Amino acid sequence: MPHLHVLASTSPSGLQQLWFVLIAVLWLGYFFLEGFDFGVGILLPFLSRDDMDRRVMINTIGPVWDGNEVWLITAGGATFAAFPLWYATVFSGFYLALFLVLAALIFRGMAFEFRGKKDDASWRAWWDRAIFWGSALPALLWGVAFADFLHGVPIASNATWTGNFFDLVKPYALLGGLTTLSLFTLHGATFLGLKADGEVRQRARHSGLFLAPVTFVLMLGFLSWTYVTAHTTHHNGLVPPFLPILGLVVLAGVGWLMRDHLEGWAFVATALVIVIFFVTVFLNLYPRVLVSSVGPQFSLTLSQTASQPYTLKVMSWVALIFTPFVLLYQSWTYWIFRKRVRRAEPFPASSSIGS
Amino acid sequence: MGIIAGLTTLTLARWQFGVTTVFHFLFVPLTIGLGFLVACLQTAAYRTNDEHYDRMARFFGKLFLINFAIGVVTGIVQEFQFGMDWSSYSVFVGNIFGAPLAIEGLLAFFMESTFLGIWIFGRGRVSKRVHLASIWLASLGTMLSAVFILAANSWMQHPVGFKIDKATGQAVMTDFWAVITNSTFFGAYFHVLFAALLTGAVFMLAIAAWHIRRDQQKETFVKVARIAIVVTLLSALGTCFMGDTQARQMDAQQPMKMAAAEALYNTTDGASFSLLTIGDLTGNALFQIRVPHLLSLIADNSWNGEVKGINQLQAADVKKFGAGNYVPILWITYWSFRLMVGLGLLMVALGGVGLWLVRKKRLEKSAWFLRFASLMLLAPFLANSFGWIFTEEGRQPWVVYGLLKTSQAVSHVSVGYVATSLIGFTAIYSFLAVIEIGLMIKVARQAPGEVSSRDDEHPLELVY
Repeated sequence: MPHLHVLASTSPSGLQQLWFVLIAVLWLGYFFLEGFDFGVGILLPFLSRDDMDRRVMINTIGPVWDGNEVWLITAGGATFAAFPLWYATVFSGFYLALFLVLAALIFRGMAFEFRGKKDDASWRAWWDRAIFWGSALPALLWGVAFADFLHGVPIASNATWTGNFFDLVKPYALLGGLTTLSLFTLHGATFLGLKADGEVRQRARHSGLFLAPVTFVLMLGFLSWTYVTAHTTHHNGLVPPFLPILGLVVLAGVGWLMRDHLEGWAFVATALVIVIFFVTVFLNLYPRVLVSSVGPQFSLTLSQTASQPYTLKVMSWVALIFTPFVLLYQSWTYWIFRKRVRRAEPFPASSSIGS
Repeated sequence: MGIIAGLTTLTLARWQFGVTTVFHFLFVPLTIGLGFLVACLQTAAYRTNDEHYDRMARFFGKLFLINFAIGVVTGIVQEFQFGMDWSSYSVFVGNIFGAPLAIEGLLAFFMESTFLGIWIFGRGRVSKRVHLASIWLASLGTMLSAVFILAANSWMQHPVGFKIDKATGQAVMTDFWAVITNSTFFGAYFHVLFAALLTGAVFMLAIAAWHIRRDQQKETFVKVARIAIVVTLLSALGTCFMGDTQARQMDAQQPMKMAAAEALYNTTDGASFSLLTIGDLTGNALFQIRVPHLLSLIADNSWNGEVKGINQLQAADVKKFGAGNYVPILWITYWSFRLMVGLGLLMVALGGVGLWLVRKKRLEKSAWFLRFASLMLLAPFLANSFGWIFTEEGRQPWVVYGLLKTSQAVSHVSVGYVATSLIGFTAIYSFLAVIEIGLMIKVARQAPGEVSSRDDEHPLELVY
């Protein structure tokens, strides 16, 4: 058996930097897209008055949620391939948290497919609960996880995990989780403002007016805390301050845009805030991929966790050739289903009426 | 790693991988097979304007979607648990094994999920031609995903195109082309692809037979049954043919697996094959039915070919890899091999007899065949499971053959974590199975309604 050994850190190569950027892009894509899926799921019980409302809400994401989730699968696979030690350390270290995420995603996915398969109110009510919890839990836990990456997890030499589940749910990480939970919910509200019609759209707008300031406060708190700790532990990748400030400014604008019925622009704004937020997280990680809370010498870096140049080169070619097609057809789906979703008109009783 | 009441992280992690993977793979072959068949039915409807085909494409499309959903949600678990439970494995193989997994996401899963979304929600909103293209692209996506996952698995069975990096101890890729043209991969891919088509075809045939017996929309279901019979026969033969090719490869690449398939203790020329054994497998059986020379034919394609025995192989492995037990659990390999092959041959018979009845124009009148066809519903699912159990258990104690043992692959996580997730996943999956089977039965029993053109005239605003 070959003895696995973690090498000393060196400065990252161009290929390693490229793959760090690509993996960051996959996570950004995932949070931008599945962010509004989560938001719609979380808002489901709050913005609906009857089953038809709920169907309208679910159908705004119906054709796309599954494709959005593939961003997560691809991010996971790409991390496995490009930075095996990062993948292995995070996935085994965040064991219980990931189990909860998986369980949540399973119930949520089932709920979308199965809730309409039986005409039974209590059957649907159960699946609606699954949609809510299956959206809220990952929205919270992803924020906790990314805050932990940044703030430090108990890893010692040779990437050995020395802590337990409770090391992962410290106040800073919980604040990170609440921030993403609130941000994704707001993102869902602006998405519904853009994609739904009628009452649901109105209620989404009102919820946005409430959620925007809440998210702003949480985000301000989280970013300030990050800024302070970044100084105290002498991180080498300090936040470029303009970026989080820009994020907060855009976030502050969401409320105004919603008030003025500019839901489309509000959606663009929440998308931008998500991107800026996670870019900030990744920039602060670099050149590390996982910060150690035991001691800075134990933090894992790009060069220590990366695959060999040959693997990265092969993967780069595959990504270069095929990613444009994926982006093209995925965008095309959004174009096909661009129309607002509204409450269905009852079918005409006689075929001579209507059309 | 830790121990609770004699249970180690390793044992529980193995159980978890077994439970989640076998469960996941109940749905995957049906997704691949039924997706292809639904695409064929929809093509027939598009070309001929025959409403029987249209009705069947919708009917089996509904069943396909119920099944697809479970395949998707249980698939994420598969990718995550390599890192969660098998982190030492992940670090060791990531350079090589990770690449096909990432490519699978990029090339196959995006295609599958995006075009399936268009297929479900696009009826009446996109043109009929685009709607048809979307099911074909989704089907192609499912078949592509099998390419990458089997390339990854084939590397575990027969590692090629790599070297061991001295500094880190990891296996690193030296030749991507060698990895994706692995000789093991070709046989495995077509074996699995044919088995998936077979699963779809037997599923279709079983349900059609059930409706024919009950005289529900007989004309439509007889049409479907005929197609399903032809596909059953062809894909069953294809599966057997590929499996037979794989056996000789296995004998060359993993001789211990071949010996374990028969529980053959000593190297033998012109070895016979036991169809079944009552009693123990250590050579003191109470009763056996043996076919002379058959094992030599399977393993070596010759009447008197030599098949190596477990004792000799164990001694050779000790010499090569150091002290240790290199014999898999024999009752598992022995019985799973027989059940896979036996069920496969039974499905050849199903297709053969079915075709004979179709040619004699006696299909709808043959009550015993229709009942037999319905009962065979479970056969492909069992055969698929036994096939994987055989090939994965037969490779033990290795996870990557000759390079990394399963015992060295496991994560350094507490046994409590793995116990929690094992219990959790088992409970969730059991729940899913109950829901899924309930829905499947409900939908499969409903006689497909008369097709109304209403759906096409009024775009389905609210599908879910």
